[in-house]
Amino acid sequence: MKEVRLMKGNEVIAEAAVRAGCDGYFGYPITPQTEVIETLMEMKPWETTGMVVLQAESEIASINMVYGAASCGKRVMTSSSSPGISLMSEGLSYLAGAELPCLVLNVQRGGPGLGTIQPSQSDYFLATKAGGHGDFRMIVLAPNSVQEMYDFVSLGFELAFKYRNPVMMLSDGVIGQMMEKVMLSAPVPRMTDEYIKEHYGDWALTGKFGGRAGNIVTSLELDPAIQEQVNEKLQAKYQKITEQEVRYEEILCDDAEYFMVAFGSAARICSKVIEMARADGYKVGLIRPVTLYPYPSKVIAQRAQQAKGFLTVELNAGQMVEDVRLCVGNHIPVEYYGRMGGMVPTPGEVYEALKDKIINKLK
Amino acid sequence: MAAEVEIKEENLVYGKNRLIKDNIMHYCPGCSHGTIHKLVAEVIDEMGLEGECIGVSPVGCSVFAYNYIDIDWAEAAHGRACAVATGIKRMYPNKMVFTYQGDGDLAAIGTGETIHACNRGENIVVIYVNNAIYGMTGGQMSPTTLVGMKTATTPYGRDPRLHGYPYKVADMVAHLEGVCYVTRQSVHTPANVRKAKKALRKAFENAMAGKGLSLVEFVATCNSGWKLSPVAANQWLEENMFPSYPLGDIKDI
Repeated sequence: MKEVRLMKGNEVIAEAAVRAGCDGYFGYPITPQTEVIETLMEMKPWETTGMVVLQAESEIASINMVYGAASCGKRVMTSSSSPGISLMSEGLSYLAGAELPCLVLNVQRGGPGLGTIQPSQSDYFLATKAGGHGDFRMIVLAPNSVQEMYDFVSLGFELAFKYRNPVMMLSDGVIGQMMEKVMLSAPVPRMTDEYIKEHYGDWALTGKFGGRAGNIVTSLELDPAIQEQVNEKLQAKYQKITEQEVRYEEILCDDAEYFMVAFGSAARICSKVIEMARADGYKVGLIRPVTLYPYPSKVIAQRAQQAKGFLTVELNAGQMVEDVRLCVGNHIPVEYYGRMGGMVPTPGEVYEALKDKIINKLK
Repeated sequence: MAAEVEIKEENLVYGKNRLIKDNIMHYCPGCSHGTIHKLVAEVIDEMGLEGECIGVSPVGCSVFAYNYIDIDWAEAAHGRACAVATGIKRMYPNKMVFTYQGDGDLAAIGTGETIHACNRGENIVVIYVNNAIYGMTGGQMSPTTLVGMKTATTPYGRDPRLHGYPYKVADMVAHLEGVCYVTRQSVHTPANVRKAKKALRKAFENAMAGKGLSLVEFVATCNSGWKLSPVAANQWLEENMFPSYPLGDIKDI
């Protein structure tokens, strides 16, 4: 049964969680994502699907409740915004180290510090490269619409369990706060305890059964030779993820000479810029990474063969541009344009930057 | 060379509980952890909870509790055991969930998580081993270190003007409505071991009955950290720890 509704990005997360058969949400209020827990509390899913919703005393507690619940083989999540995600860094590292599946939504706001409550994309580095201490990676999904906010909840759970790894949905205050039409899918039931025992009983904390020894969820190993093997196993998993899970969208790239690369709300702005540029006769295309880790490096490297120049558009000081430069190399310009601190550029501003930094220099 | 001693079945009065694994314990001789582990294993076994139990081990000396008691375990980040236990218990409300934490883990870095799990009245047991020192990192001051006590970070003794006063967690959480049972025990004499086991069993029964959170504090020795022999540490415990951390039930409803 498909259902179409007009919904706010943050509210749709609550609807998506319940419909995806989520077992538990643990969160702490922070703008601009507080509607997620408010909506869940209003929905009272514990009376329908049995999903647990708990307001924790801090983001540190939230992520550690997620760690405990994920240890049980359950489908669990949290959400926060940038300063709260900083507090979760330790927990994210433990989740990755113990190979636990979970979904963490970051509705980004401007920083550093307490910063602003307005939208930003300045946690790109945090999400893709520095989620916490130690060599670990999260799968990072970047929605650019309310529909993708909805879709990426079930996709996030699917990937989290496929790889037993934390998945971060990297959204921002624009997508979280805006209202759009969204197509809701039919609800999926929660996993039964029997299903969990059958499928995850070799690692999940279900209580001992069937004569098995106690399961231990830990990321601790004192012997460095063994810890290195643990790390090698994790790296092999990340390698597999980079080979199998790259997702991106290309808009008008086949004949393009100039490329913009942008994700999330910045990509929405860029799709308008393409229309403006094409109307003026400039062959401009957009590559939108949907997974920020793994990064669509191959497609960017391939498009670099036909490109005269690249412009990344980001709501930050230029973070993803470093990754695009790694893909493209030095033979053509790779420039960045963005606004910071919660400012969102208009399509006109971005178009001017595209002309100034790329098109007019290469004409 | 020790002679082989044959113990006849009818003479066997004591054995290692079957839930205690064969792994060699890393605890120092004289440390209270070994005895407390034994009690935990016995209570779980005697209550028939082997398949119902999920433990949460801390960061500190007892981080490896999971290597010694054969049940399901999660190892938590430093101080976060009560949050981790909350996540587990909320997923499996009928399971027996407990944390095992030292004073550094529970009373310092984990203060927030502990107080709020208590205040929510999570139906779990918190086993709190207070030896007034950080053992694993080599004997530094903890919040429960006694005034005047010398540690690696208070080499001239704990001065309250600099470091504040011994922090009495059990007295504090007893005021919270979500907490049903708070008791202080020790395992330094056979009589105390027996009392402590009864207290632990009551705590486990409370959790299974959904009465709220039970906190069992073990006033314990760290003879290595205290730089005393095991016997002298037991005496020091009585003379110095008990006046600040008197044994007995603080709350039982």
